[in-house]
Amino acid sequence: MADIVLDKVSKRFPDGTTAVQDVDLEIADGEFVILVGPSGCGKSTTLNMIAGLEDISSGELRIGGQRVNDKAPRDRDIAMVFQSYALYPNMTVRENMAFPLRLAKLDKAEIDRKVDEAAKVLELTALLDRKPANLSGGQRQRVAMGRAIVRQPKAFLMDEPLSNLDAKLRVQMRTVVSKLQKQLGTTTVYVTHDQTEAMTLGDRVVIMRGGAVQQVGPPQELYDHPRNLFVAGFIGSPSMNFLHAAVQDGTLHTALGDVPIGDRVRRELEGADAPRELILGIRPEHFEDAELIDDDTRRRGLEFDAPVDIVESMGSDKYVYFTVEGERASAAELEELAADAGADFSGGGATLVTRLSAESPVREGENRRVWFNLEKIHLFDPSSGRNLTLREGRSAGALGD
Amino acid sequence: MSVETTTRAKLRWGLLDVIVVVFALIPVLWIASLSFKTPATLADGKFWPREWTLDNYRTIFDTSQFVRALVNSIGIALIATLIAVVLGAMAAYAISRLDFPGKKLLVGVSLLIAMFPQVSLVSPLFEIERQLGLFDTWPGLILPYITFALPLAIYTLSAFFKQIPWDLEKAAKMDGATQGQAFRRVIAPLAAPGLFTTAILVFIFCWNDFLFAITLTSTERARTVPVALSFFTGESQFEDPTGAICAAAVVITIPIILFVLFFQRRIVSGLTSGAVKG
Repeated sequence: MADIVLDKVSKRFPDGTTAVQDVDLEIADGEFVILVGPSGCGKSTTLNMIAGLEDISSGELRIGGQRVNDKAPRDRDIAMVFQSYALYPNMTVRENMAFPLRLAKLDKAEIDRKVDEAAKVLELTALLDRKPANLSGGQRQRVAMGRAIVRQPKAFLMDEPLSNLDAKLRVQMRTVVSKLQKQLGTTTVYVTHDQTEAMTLGDRVVIMRGGAVQQVGPPQELYDHPRNLFVAGFIGSPSMNFLHAAVQDGTLHTALGDVPIGDRVRRELEGADAPRELILGIRPEHFEDAELIDDDTRRRGLEFDAPVDIVESMGSDKYVYFTVEGERASAAELEELAADAGADFSGGGATLVTRLSAESPVREGENRRVWFNLEKIHLFDPSSGRNLTLREGRSAGALGD
Repeated sequence: MSVETTTRAKLRWGLLDVIVVVFALIPVLWIASLSFKTPATLADGKFWPREWTLDNYRTIFDTSQFVRALVNSIGIALIATLIAVVLGAMAAYAISRLDFPGKKLLVGVSLLIAMFPQVSLVSPLFEIERQLGLFDTWPGLILPYITFALPLAIYTLSAFFKQIPWDLEKAAKMDGATQGQAFRRVIAPLAAPGLFTTAILVFIFCWNDFLFAITLTSTERARTVPVALSFFTGESQFEDPTGAICAAAVVITIPIILFVLFFQRRIVSGLTSGAVKG
């Protein structure tokens, strides 16, 4: 077991593209860290550099305090689980799991003991004599995990290990991975493009974009206090609503009405080069049916009327989609997020996703009065993407001072 | 109705197969038939021998010429096959896995060698081998065979290597294998069907070659069977060696059939199934 330190680690390919740029990251001993981001953000390259499967162009990688830049994968004592599982098809499950131990030249009895132990943890005992071709996807995935844990390495690297499983099994395996990591207490770096996995699994989440780290922190912190537009849009499902907001005389003109701003944000906007337009971000759960809230809550927010497009009842609550007038928010980050989600289609006007209580009698086609919480608003500078409502890493909403 | 159609379709295909097989095998059967005929009935035009005899076989095994040529053929073909497959596997592995400068050129040049008309190289090779003292020796034939078999080997093998998921090699490295261990214990077993296919093709090429064998040999030292056959004469100049030649032709097809049957069992598809998903 060991800590992993990335010190200004970069990766440049021979054709001149930079896949990873100056990544600084300290992963503590026993920590479970998730690297997450859209495809092509450099998360897998970063993982491969830690594994030793890719050379590091510049910077330093230390595992357990030792510089390992030039060490071969086999000398780093770390195990990896691949997205494709990469099981050896010519070997049985037992031989697959024993392979790293046989290479390490352990004696036969020791190998058998360790394989049996790992098989028990992963409930593979009955499958030990089968070939990978005769296993289901979930079983193959468990064998891949077994091969990693069997030799008790310093760290586990996992490259989207669950993305080939179907939805139900993925949720199930997520808890298995989480439990296993806690039980073994081994430092783990886990790459995924699925923000739900990132939110639920990790002690800390590293959000990457274009080869650079955007924000590092515990999942809840990233959710509540995103540092920029990209993080805000990436984390959360359904994702945060973004609206265009024009700054005029100390208020913001938005499609949801005029939003007052607090002293601190106002000061930010007073400078000569301050942006005249902002992007307003609100998460779906910070809306509520105006009928259902008490007066005390009502004072902390604003209300607006809008036509209801679609109501999706989830049982515990309702996702209600509105169309609001006005310009769509536009920024490079938002386009990138939309492209990653495959959403190259956009209707006219701006769509608002809200999560209302299940008790709300909202119906499709009607006009509904909706309240939203001003304290939970985020304001972003469209050119830099920076979150203006953050102070010392905390967000205080539009009214904060 | 559909059952009927499939039965009829099966019959049609079956008939077609039989025609093709008969067409291909009739000359072979004819040779076999001739090899069992006595000199007197050799030219009687009957497909089935009226008088059976094993004399022709006795004759060829009595002459040291043929046995020696058989030994030469087997030795030269096996050695050339072994070397060509090992070298070809290494080259194909590099081509399918690594991105190195000049890779396309290498592949192109090896193709060029395969396309080059061999007959145009015979005289220069003859001169070179005489100068080097390789003329009429085993290496004198093994070397050109390897040269012409390698492009074939590299081509077939790199296609097989490309099918093996790269992740397996990465996994082996992460599990603590060196490059060599990863190749020997993970990649090579999975490429086995490719290795055997290539071995068969190369062996057949070496075994059947006549052009190099007749040009680059002059005595029994290195003369292979196809050439030895052409030097067959009867016991006297009045005797027709046709029967003996036919017997020899039958004998030399036996090793190649054995070789193919032996390796064909190992050519099974689907070795890599279950390695990776998707």
